[in-house]
Amino acid sequence: MKAKKLSIGYTSRKKNTFIANDINFALSKGELGAIVGINGIGKSTLLRTLGRVQPKLSGSVFIDNKPIESLKSDDLATLVSVVLTEPIASKNLTVFQLVSLGRHPYTNWIGTLSAEDQSKILKAIKILELEPLQNTKCYELSDGQLQKVMIAKALAQDTEIILLDEPTTHLDLYHKVHILKLLQRIAHDTKKVVLYTTHEIDLAIQLCDKIFIMNSDTNNFGAPCELIESKSFEDLFPKDTITFNPKTGSFKINK
Amino acid sequence: MQRSNTYLFPFLLLSLVLLLCFVLNLSLGSVTIPFNKTLTSILGGEIENESWHYIIWNYRIPKALTAILVGSGLSLSGLLMQTLFRNPLAGPFVLGISSGASLGAALLIMGSTLFSHWLVFEVINDVSLAIASSIGSFLVLLAVITVASRIKDTMALLIIGLMFGSITAALVSVLSYFTDADKLQQYIFWAFGSVGNLSGVQLALLSVFILIGIILSVISVKSLNALLLGENYARSLGVHLKKTRFIIIIATGLLAGAVTAFAGPIAFIGLAVPHLTRQIFNTTDHKILVPAVLVYGAILLLLCDLIAQLPSSSYVLPLNAITSVVGAPVVIWLLVRKKKMIF
Repeated sequence: MKAKKLSIGYTSRKKNTFIANDINFALSKGELGAIVGINGIGKSTLLRTLGRVQPKLSGSVFIDNKPIESLKSDDLATLVSVVLTEPIASKNLTVFQLVSLGRHPYTNWIGTLSAEDQSKILKAIKILELEPLQNTKCYELSDGQLQKVMIAKALAQDTEIILLDEPTTHLDLYHKVHILKLLQRIAHDTKKVVLYTTHEIDLAIQLCDKIFIMNSDTNNFGAPCELIESKSFEDLFPKDTITFNPKTGSFKINK
Repeated sequence: MQRSNTYLFPFLLLSLVLLLCFVLNLSLGSVTIPFNKTLTSILGGEIENESWHYIIWNYRIPKALTAILVGSGLSLSGLLMQTLFRNPLAGPFVLGISSGASLGAALLIMGSTLFSHWLVFEVINDVSLAIASSIGSFLVLLAVITVASRIKDTMALLIIGLMFGSITAALVSVLSYFTDADKLQQYIFWAFGSVGNLSGVQLALLSVFILIGIILSVISVKSLNALLLGENYARSLGVHLKKTRFIIIIATGLLAGAVTAFAGPIAFIGLAVPHLTRQIFNTTDHKILVPAVLVYGAILLLLCDLIAQLPSSSYVLPLNAITSVVGAPVVIWLLVRKKKMIF
């Protein structure tokens, strides 16, 4: 997955509102990537643009060296899966039904699940350790459990690229690490591209192969250690409140 | 598979109830025909009372068939709307389709006194009434579709539908203010709703519209299931949103528009039946829900019609009033007792 001189933002009838410009990065198969940046900088917008949930304003996004706009939506659904922050419309779905919707691009005209579909759904449920909840309705789940179900849905969709918008928001530290390590394993073992947005920069530094730092004037992309060396994390927050410690790879509050 | 088996029993049960309601609807009315005689008659046997035979075949069977079509059509369009608008309170009426039909009917009945000098046809009968209300509902539907293509937000579309409803209701009250008592009464009788008095041609037309609506719904089943996650997720799963929305809106328009044209505005069935069905089937899968609401809607309307006929009396109550009396408490019960109204 590649982005070249990409501009993101919102379009209305009169004008385009640019949120971020000149976004360049490339992730290859088997890499876990994170998008970090302060609130409102456009992390979610970038992620949604990469998944073609919303249109890009200019520049290009390539998947397998094909421009994203040239892909048909059926084909795109077999290449990219997304986990968004927006709540799902119907909480009356059971966990199994929700995960099985991930097989939507592969099923026949009325959505019958084949044996292969069934096994992929059950595998995704197993990986996320959701077996005991299979027949639970989504309105009975905690936010963290629901997050795991959505990740299971993305896994069941079996795409080369998985995009996740703040997948660890509702989780405690243990489960955050658990999910991130799982995403890392998925990326490394199954040779998928996994890209997520996050505010937990210290965790991202420890686990990710590549990090994209969104900053209002400059965007930096690279491996965590390269970014630490180039002092890219240091301008992320106002220096009088928070400073970055390059030795530990973490942020400290100024007393 | 185990999954389909769990739904087999409720389906069998519902079908049996539907059959029972159908025969009951045939046997009860201003003239009570014994249950066994009704059965004999519809199974092709001879019964001694010629007038019973005549009533069943020429009056009650068309009426019961209409009730089935009306109940199924309204319920299905309600289900489609609730999924499309991601709103448990959506029904065919929030799109303003029935208000459009009312406006068409009102213009024909009451407008004829105002505009009689340039109105070409003065004949007000069931056919012209059906045509006028169909035109009215489809004009509103077209307006809603035009707006829908410009607006991405379905909640906004829902509110626009309600506003169209308000505008048409206002026009109807202006018309009623200027019209004479006779015409006003005629309009009010249409607005009462009725499944009786449909000719063979009308019944055939209604069946065709409902059938097209059902076919469009069935081909949308997969997309409807994906829409349960919301539009952005549905798009990421490969659903063609514009096409799907268009098909679903057309299906709703056909179902609700045709029903309102032929049977008058019938309230609450479209809203309540999908919720009642979810109580029995406890699923969100449209593969199960689409056939289930068809059967359930038919049963409920046969029962409502049965009550409206006030068996063994010569009075007939307005069908619209009965469906409201049955439907509104259902909605309140769902909200109060179940503390949830999810779809």
